[in-house]
Amino acid sequence: MSDEPRVGIYVCHCGINIAGVIDVEEVVDYAKTLDGVIVARDDKYMCSDPGQDLIKKDIVENKLNRIVVAACSPRMHEPTFRTACSEAGLNPYLFEMANIREHASWVHMSEPEAATQKAKDQVRMAVAKARLLEPLENPRVDVTKASLVIGGGIAGIQASLDLADQGYKVYLVEKTPSIGGVMAQLDKTFPTMDCSACILTPKMVDVSRHPNIEMITYAEVKEVDGYIGNFKVKVEKKPKFVNADSCTGCGQCADACPIEVPNEFDYGLGTRKAIYVPFPQAVPLIYTVDSENCVGCRMCDNVCDPDSIEFDQKAEEVILEVGTIILAAGFKVFDAKRKEEYGYGVHDNVITAIEFERLINASGPTGGKLLRPSDGKEPKSIGFIQCVGSRDVTIGNPYCSRVCCMYAIKNARLYKEKHPDAEIYIFYMDIRAFGKGYEEFYQAAQEDYGVKFLKGRPAKIDEDKNTKNLLLNVEDTMLGANLEMEMDLVVLSVGMEPPEDADQLQKVLRLSRSADGFFMEAHPKLRPVDTLTAGVFLAGTVQGPKDIPDTVVQGSAAASRASIPMSKGEVEVEPVIATVDDEACIGCRICERVCDFGAIEVVERKAKVNDVLCQGCGGCAGACPTGSMQIRHFSDKQIMAMIEAAFEEEK
Amino acid sequence: MTFEPKILGFLCNWCCYAGADMAGTSRMQYPPNFRIIRIMCTARLDPTFILKAFSEGADGVFIGGCHLGDCHYVAGNYKAERRVKLVHDLLGELGLEKERLMLKWVSASEGERFANTVKDFTSTIKKVGPSPLRSA
Repeated sequence: MSDEPRVGIYVCHCGINIAGVIDVEEVVDYAKTLDGVIVARDDKYMCSDPGQDLIKKDIVENKLNRIVVAACSPRMHEPTFRTACSEAGLNPYLFEMANIREHASWVHMSEPEAATQKAKDQVRMAVAKARLLEPLENPRVDVTKASLVIGGGIAGIQASLDLADQGYKVYLVEKTPSIGGVMAQLDKTFPTMDCSACILTPKMVDVSRHPNIEMITYAEVKEVDGYIGNFKVKVEKKPKFVNADSCTGCGQCADACPIEVPNEFDYGLGTRKAIYVPFPQAVPLIYTVDSENCVGCRMCDNVCDPDSIEFDQKAEEVILEVGTIILAAGFKVFDAKRKEEYGYGVHDNVITAIEFERLINASGPTGGKLLRPSDGKEPKSIGFIQCVGSRDVTIGNPYCSRVCCMYAIKNARLYKEKHPDAEIYIFYMDIRAFGKGYEEFYQAAQEDYGVKFLKGRPAKIDEDKNTKNLLLNVEDTMLGANLEMEMDLVVLSVGMEPPEDADQLQKVLRLSRSADGFFMEAHPKLRPVDTLTAGVFLAGTVQGPKDIPDTVVQGSAAASRASIPMSKGEVEVEPVIATVDDEACIGCRICERVCDFGAIEVVERKAKVNDVLCQGCGGCAGACPTGSMQIRHFSDKQIMAMIEAAFEEEK
Repeated sequence: MTFEPKILGFLCNWCCYAGADMAGTSRMQYPPNFRIIRIMCTARLDPTFILKAFSEGADGVFIGGCHLGDCHYVAGNYKAERRVKLVHDLLGELGLEKERLMLKWVSASEGERFANTVKDFTSTIKKVGPSPLRSA
C-alpha cells in the first residue's frame, strides 16, 4: 500500500435523522474539496448492506486507503464500518468517523445551516486525522475458562448454574453467609403462587453440589485487575469462626448460645443467636459467629461435637483468575422511613411489604401467622399503599420498581384466602400488570377475591392512640372525594434501589451507572446484559428493578454472553495502547510513575510498555515531556491535525 | 454580525462523549458552537493541545471527563484536573481570560448536564468576546 492517503468519504442520511436537518449534498460537495479525498458519496443508510457495499467497492476499485464515514456516534457503528473495511482488505484502523447525528442533527434541529456547518467542520477534522491513521493489528490473548459471579441471589444462581453446566469453572461470591438473596425471604410468588423457597432451594442445593461451582460466601470482592479473558480478582473472606469443612449444620451451637439479637433476615421482626444460619434452608449450611454480638463465652464451643468452632480464624484473601465476570449484586429495599408521612417506624402497625412476606411465611418469626405488631391480633382490615419509594421524584426515585403492584395483589389475595371477611384495600396510582398471566391474576383479585382497588395514595397516616388503628387521609381520584379510612394494618409497597455496595462495586469493576443509580448496560435494547467493560456482564436487579422471571432470564442471558469468549478460547484485544519512540525517550520515568496499571517500566533509560497491561488511557502520553510516548490511534500528530482542521475556516 | 464563538471540546470516550450522545438521543437542543474531538480518557490530554487550540483561534476550550472516582481508567480524570489547572494558571500570561477554559465532569447518563454545560459555556464565551489570539 502506498503511503499517499486516498480518502473516501461517506455521508449518511440516516433516513431523515441526519438529512432532515443537515444539507447532506452540501457536505458531500465540500468533502470533495478536501486534501487527499478521492471519492465522496452519500447514502440513505450507510450502515445497511448496500451502504457498506459502496465502501467496499470503492476500496477495491478506487484503491482507497482511508475511509471516513459521517453518520451516527462511533460508539454505535464504528465496529460495523471497521468490519466492512476489513472485508474489503483494508486495515480496520484506517477508518475514522464523524458524528453528525448525536452531536449535530439531533441537537441543532432548528438551526439547519449551523448544523450543516458543524458537520462540514467535523468531516474536515475527521479527514485530517484519517490522513495520518496507521494500520494496527489486534493482538490475541487466551481466555481463562472460568467465571466470577458476584451475588448469590436468583440471578447469580441461574448464571452460575448455566455456566457450570457448560463446563466452565464458576466462583460464586456472596457477601452474606448464605446464597438465596431476597427470593429466599419471600413467601409465595406471583402469579403462579409457587412457594418461593420451594422453587428456589432446589437450585441452591444444585449450586452447592455442582462440581464446577465454588461458592465463596461471607466474602467480598475487593479488587479487580486485568482485562477480558484474564481478570485477577482479590476476594476477602470474612471469618465465620466455624470450620466450614467439619460443621454439620446441626445447630446445637445456636441452641446453646445465650445471645439473642434481631434477625436481619426477618428485617428485625424475629431473633437469631450470635452463632447462626440466616434461615433453616441456608446454603451452605454452615454456622457463622457474628463477631459484633458474640461475647466469647464459648458455650457453643462446649457443645460442638465435631469441634468446629475456631475463634482464631482471621479474614483471608483469595486471588481468583477468571476470564469473565457477571455482576448480580441485586438491590436494596427502599427505606420506608424516608416517606415520613406514612409513619413507618413511628406507628406500630405500619409495616413494609418485605416484612409482610416474613410474617406470612411459615419459617418466619410468627410461624406464618400475620399478627399486628401492636397487639398480636389478626388484622380485620389491611391497606396496601403502592409506589412507596418508586415513581416519586420527591425522594429522587422517578422510576417504577415493576414488582410492587403484583406482589401487593398477591399478598392481598393470600390474606383473603385465609380471611375471606377481611377488608382489603390497595391504594394505587396505576396498576401495572404487564407480564404473562399478570393481568388475569389482577382481574381475579377484584372479581373472585373481592380485593378493593382505590385509585389514590394516602397523603398522611395517623394513629389512633387507643386502638393503634391507622387513620388514612386519602383522595379517591375516581370519585374526586376525600376519604378518611380506618385500617387495622397498613403495608407499604416499598420499591427497589441500587444495592448498598453499589459505589464500591462500581469502583472495583470500573462500570457506569444510569441516572437511577442502577448499573448501566452497554445498550438498552441490543446489549442489555453487556457492560462497556469487555468481559463484564450484568444480571438481575443490579441493572434495574425486575421480577423473578425477568431476573432468571437475565441470569441465563449473562451466562450465555459470558460463555462466548470462553468457548472461543481467545479474544482480540484493543491495539489502541501506548508506544514509545526510543530515539526521543530520555528515560525520565515520568510515564512510569503516572501509569496506574504498572504497564511501563524504564529499562536502560528507555521506557518499555507492557502491551497486555496497558489500557490505552494515554495518561503517560499526556505527561511525556519529549513526545516520545504516544497512544496509537490517538497520537499527538493526529490530535494536533484535528485541532488545526477545526479552525481552518477561521484563517 | 453577532459573535458566534468557536469552542473546541475534548471529550472522554466513556463518560462525557457518551453523555453528549445521550443528549442527542434525547433530542436536547443546545447551541452549535462546539467542535468535538474524542479521546479515550481526559488523561490523554497533553497541555499543549489546549495551547494549540487557543493559538489556532479557539474562543474557548472545553474538557469533559468522568466524575472523580468514576474514571474508566481509575484516575485519569485526576491527571487531567492537574494539567488543566496548570494551563489555567498560564492563560493570564498569554493574555487570555481564565473563563475560556473549562473542565467539567459529565457521566454517560447525564445528557441534560452536557446540554446545559454547552449552553452555559457558550454564553460565557459570548460575554467574554472573541479570542485576542484569533487571526484578524
